[in-house]
Amino acid sequence: MIKQTLLSLGLALGLATGANAAGGESHIEDFDFSFEGPFGKFDQFQLQRGLQVFTEACSACHGLQYLYFRNLHDEGGPGLPEDQVKAYAKDFFVYDAEIDEDREAKLSDRFPPVVDSTAPDLTLMAKARAGFHGPAGLGINQIVKGMGGPEYIASILTGYTGEEKEEAGQVFYENTAFPGGWIAMPPPPIYDGELEFADGHANDAHHVSEDVAAFLMWTAEPKMMARKQAGLTAVIFLSVLAALLYLTNKKLWAPIKRKSQ
Amino acid sequence: MGGIPHDHYVPKSNFEKWLDARLPIVGLLYGTLMIPTPKNLNWMWIWGIVLTFCLVLQIITGIVLVMHYTPHVDQAFASIEHIMRNVEGGWAIRYIHMNGASLFFIAVYAHMFRGLYYGSYKAPREITWIIGMLIYLAMMATGFLGYVLPWGQMSFWGATVITGLFGAIPGIGEPIQTWLLGGPAVDNATLNRFFSLHYLLPFVIAGLVIVHIWAFHTTGNNNPTGVEVRRGSKEEAAKDTVPFWPYFVIKDLFALVVILAVFAAIVGFMPNYLGHPDNYIEANPLATPAHIVPEWYYLPFYAILRAITFDVLFLDAKFLGVLCMFGAIFVMVLAPWLDTSSVRSGRFRPMFKWWFAILVIDFFVLMWCGARPAEGMVPTISLIGTIYWFGYFLIILPILGVIEKPLPQPATIEEDFDAHYPPKAGVADGTATATQPAE
Ligand code: HEC
Repeated sequence: MIKQTLLSLGLALGLATGANAAGGESHIEDFDFSFEGPFGKFDQFQLQRGLQVFTEACSACHGLQYLYFRNLHDEGGPGLPEDQVKAYAKDFFVYDAEIDEDREAKLSDRFPPVVDSTAPDLTLMAKARAGFHGPAGLGINQIVKGMGGPEYIASILTGYTGEEKEEAGQVFYENTAFPGGWIAMPPPPIYDGELEFADGHANDAHHVSEDVAAFLMWTAEPKMMARKQAGLTAVIFLSVLAALLYLTNKKLWAPIKRKSQ
Repeated sequence: MGGIPHDHYVPKSNFEKWLDARLPIVGLLYGTLMIPTPKNLNWMWIWGIVLTFCLVLQIITGIVLVMHYTPHVDQAFASIEHIMRNVEGGWAIRYIHMNGASLFFIAVYAHMFRGLYYGSYKAPREITWIIGMLIYLAMMATGFLGYVLPWGQMSFWGATVITGLFGAIPGIGEPIQTWLLGGPAVDNATLNRFFSLHYLLPFVIAGLVIVHIWAFHTTGNNNPTGVEVRRGSKEEAAKDTVPFWPYFVIKDLFALVVILAVFAAIVGFMPNYLGHPDNYIEANPLATPAHIVPEWYYLPFYAILRAITFDVLFLDAKFLGVLCMFGAIFVMVLAPWLDTSSVRSGRFRPMFKWWFAILVIDFFVLMWCGARPAEGMVPTISLIGTIYWFGYFLIILPILGVIEKPLPQPATIEEDFDAHYPPKAGVADGTATATQPAE
């Protein structure tokens, strides 16, 4: 009875949240990211490549308003040397209320917000688009395959079919991952060899999409590695404590249960 | 306190006597901690401790969050991101608070269904049950108010839909809704008052919890047999019970730590699994999300709300939905008087067992319905689920008590306990027993 109740409770939780899925017809490919699973970690070099992709192919339209330039130097992130981050920041202009003017960005500034007002901010996109889960909204894909927002972003980037249509003066591009099938974002310049990585890493559309999606997962959840580490420590500590309490409890109740005379 | 005879605190030293004459606090704590507790309680009696823990956890993490949060429509969302990124350990506090709410509700539902199965709501524990339902309602309100604070899309639209329910009340609905929101629509005034009330209600809950504990310490705990503790003499009572400290404190702590290990895994490895992704998009009054879905713990009642898709006489569907939703909770409050059976525990009620099992399934089916868009079969399943929910309380419980033939119950708690742990099965020191075959 009790076990069943607990079990079904757990199941229903899965059901309920899995069911948060939006539309459904769109096709999301399952990418294998290094940060999936309880032990997954960000790949520092992938994040650096992702930053490059973002800078060269996305930042013309999209902002990253919750990310500070200094974060690029953070451990667990791209981990770029400080002087390199400083030099990188100089290429961006941010509004300074004190002097009421735009000036070159500093480490303590945030990335400028959305540039093209129709393009959403990307800082949290990897968490905001994590809602498509497995069959019938059962939330299984998320648990079993580690599907989430990064898969969605990478699938959007690789999902263009090449078809276009114009509606009310606005051009839409057919995309197999986007709910509804037609997205207002033109295919970004990441296709086969348009970008060069300093480390010579593969630069086909699939890999480039994967890299920028990983980078955007980091912008959304910069503390992920610290979180998993803390979670693991807590689970181990609590398990040991539970074992000790189990033994204490057993010993405590032994005379009661065996009715010593 | 309490009808079960047991030892009371006697002040010994001069200081203790001095204090006791002025404030009998030590005696109160002693009485609370040493209360005789039926020794046959099973693992479904651990949720009370889990709930108490959750309340404390939520209050502490909440107080820290408030130190960094800004209750303003222009800054609330960004201040949450500030907590997640710049505040030392802020991400942990925020994720614990967020998932702590879910743990709180898992525990409260387990606790309530425990009560429904073992007949804990029946005389003389009706007041305990009603206070418990008030706590549950206050929890629902607190959870809802808290969900609005991050000012994400679901915060905003959830608040719009739920306050809209009051607007469905004929005639007086709209003024009430405006009064609740502090304006014609969800806006800064709404956020500020929700923030204020979200901070207030947990302390109301804490007060109710004290009354809840006071009530069941007066009647004594129920137990899996539903048979009362013998109260003829201290010796007799001692055969049915053990003191809460240390026996149940240690047992409950063990259970709590196991649950916390699972909780830590969720917070550490998948903290957003139970939340809605749309809440990572800042509230936008101009863009309605495709599906507005409340937090998982409201889903069964949300399904009941949406199950009514037809007008009856002069009442429109929306208002009927609202009535059904609140009614579904209200019939639970009435359970002590709707259940006519003289037997308390479901263990000795062969027919009740099955109806109860269906109720539990119904709860989960409704939960699933609440999460799905109201298309296809979903409204029909919701309606059937709603009918069963009301049917269980209003028809099945009253009738079962009359037609069901209960199984024989043990005469005492001791008898039940001895049946599980036969007196002669082992020896006191816990080494090899006579029944164990030799190697
Ligand atoms: C020419 C401007 C432009 C560029 C360059 C651009 N985007 Fe977009 N992006 C948009 C617009 C416009 C939208 C809104 C699309 C819509 O809602 O139909 C959008 C939407 C998105 C979305 C959200 C889709 C959703 O579910 O709403 C993601 C993710 C995204 N872009 C990622 C990227 C990435 C990654 C890059 C760089 C590789 C990039 N974009 C480059 C204009 C751009």
